[in-house]
Amino acid sequence: MSDLTHLTIEQAAAALRAGETSSVELTQAVLARSEQVEPTIASYILPTPEQALAMAAAADQRLQAGDAPLLCGIPGAIKDLICTEGVQTTAGSRILEGYRPIYDAFVVKQLRAAGYVMTGKANLDEFAMGSSCETSAYHPTRNPFCPDCVPGGSSGGSATAVAADQAFFSLGTDTGGSIRQPASLCGVVGLKPTYGRVSRWGVIAMASSLDQVGPFARTVRDCAAVAECISGRDELDSTSSARLVPDYRAACGRDIKGLRIGVPREYFIDGMEPAVSASVRAAIEQLVSLGAEAVEVSLPHTEYGLSTYYVIMPCEVSANLARFDGIRYGVPKPGETMWDAYSNTRGAGFGAEVKRRIMLGTYALSAGYAEAYYVQAQKVRTLIRDDFAKAFEQVDAIVGPASPTTAFPLGAKLDDPVQMYLSDVFTLPASLAGLPGICIPCGFDEQSKPIGLQLIGRHWEEETLFSLSYAFEQSTPWSLPSNRARITVGGGL
Amino acid sequence: MPESTARTQVPIEDVQHLAWLARLSLTEAEIAKYATDLTNILHHVARLNEVDVSNIEPTAMAVEAEGNVVRPDVPRPSMPQERIIANAADTESGAFRVRAILEESA
Repeated sequence: MSDLTHLTIEQAAAALRAGETSSVELTQAVLARSEQVEPTIASYILPTPEQALAMAAAADQRLQAGDAPLLCGIPGAIKDLICTEGVQTTAGSRILEGYRPIYDAFVVKQLRAAGYVMTGKANLDEFAMGSSCETSAYHPTRNPFCPDCVPGGSSGGSATAVAADQAFFSLGTDTGGSIRQPASLCGVVGLKPTYGRVSRWGVIAMASSLDQVGPFARTVRDCAAVAECISGRDELDSTSSARLVPDYRAACGRDIKGLRIGVPREYFIDGMEPAVSASVRAAIEQLVSLGAEAVEVSLPHTEYGLSTYYVIMPCEVSANLARFDGIRYGVPKPGETMWDAYSNTRGAGFGAEVKRRIMLGTYALSAGYAEAYYVQAQKVRTLIRDDFAKAFEQVDAIVGPASPTTAFPLGAKLDDPVQMYLSDVFTLPASLAGLPGICIPCGFDEQSKPIGLQLIGRHWEEETLFSLSYAFEQSTPWSLPSNRARITVGGGL
Repeated sequence: MPESTARTQVPIEDVQHLAWLARLSLTEAEIAKYATDLTNILHHVARLNEVDVSNIEPTAMAVEAEGNVVRPDVPRPSMPQERIIANAADTESGAFRVRAILEESA
């Protein structure tokens, strides 16, 4: 077969079963691709070629025995926030350099049980805090469509590994947009499931009331297949749901005639790039031409989403990151007293953005301020959730942009936290409401940088998102191989 | 929360105290930078004060919990001790070794 790295998961799975290729061959193909593009893109903190080839050989045996799951033998990348037994997991931070978890995260156990092949640990903003992948303590990752630009974040490496054909799928995590925004900037499909759909066990916690694991893939059906594999009840995460996991691929291809899609007027604002607005509007028209009915809706508290998030998230961050003291794991630093040793460990081990958020959360939770900031933000969170609940009385899904801009140049927003935080202005509200959201490619700007369409669904209604996304994808050219990142051998454009 | 119109500077001493509470050793330059950053971010989030939240309950989790989650209280083997301490920098006799918490009395 010509270029194995361009196959979808389903095509690769069919080729494996037809004996046209092997998992080892697929794995060698993506590893060779990585050798070409990794010097420029830098998707991985830790590529794991040896493990990949060993897992591929095991998968080939299982495939020969027959009755292997769809993902058996398929190479995928794992965000380096997700614990992998015996394989370094850093969260993009120096404080965890060399940390080798003694267990797999639930989602990794699920993928392992399916026989996947791990290509490596993908780069991210440190502890998933950032929208550009630039706060990684290891290196930045570059956008395969435009290497001078960021891939988005925090799951930047997970997005680029898929966009640059270094893996057939990947796992990311999304707290305020960390799957949907990089999917938008890298022209791939990314799903943030309903809060509670996927176990968070073994995922290094950022903000526990918001964090959720989800897949990146190149097509909607591939995304659905991975989502189905990682979803489900886990007794080690009491917030994971016991609801049955639907056959998400079966939702792809369902008729979307009569589905009502809500267009929130607050999601088309000044400051949005005109190309983004135009592409998203065209995408909505396309959905209408396919039989969906567009309805204007209002989410009046959207403008408070960013502020609400930037109180609640740092509060949870400051509590979650208190565990990093260099005692049980991590890189300790000496100090005169025990307290000095803790402070030195944390002061040296955490980067600037992580420290900023810990300080902010500590402030907002400290005596005299908790009521004014944290409780106030939780009340506004109720209003944001109620906005969606009201809208979903009228519509089956909400459509809008995933990011107000396309990929921006490295360094452009790094020194201005509020500007960087605005990258997630359209993804934060759904996160605060615990709703599922998917981002799919819907066009390019005048510099050929990808634009993403976001669809938000009711709690537990990922199937509606897959039905709409699949119908859109099949009727438009944006996810075709000809529209993939054009990075070529040698790393140039 | 301060009014969103006036930008109240977070004092350096407050930032130093926060750093202590958070167990972060910070340089003077970092303290100064975070005083500015906190001031700017708090100014931005002070907009939340505009919202009328009377009679609104706070939301801690956005998705309804599925009742109280308990598991059967059945003993089972734990992870082996040597694996649990495998990532620690300092161990002794199968345990984490830490600094003395209490000072010796004078």
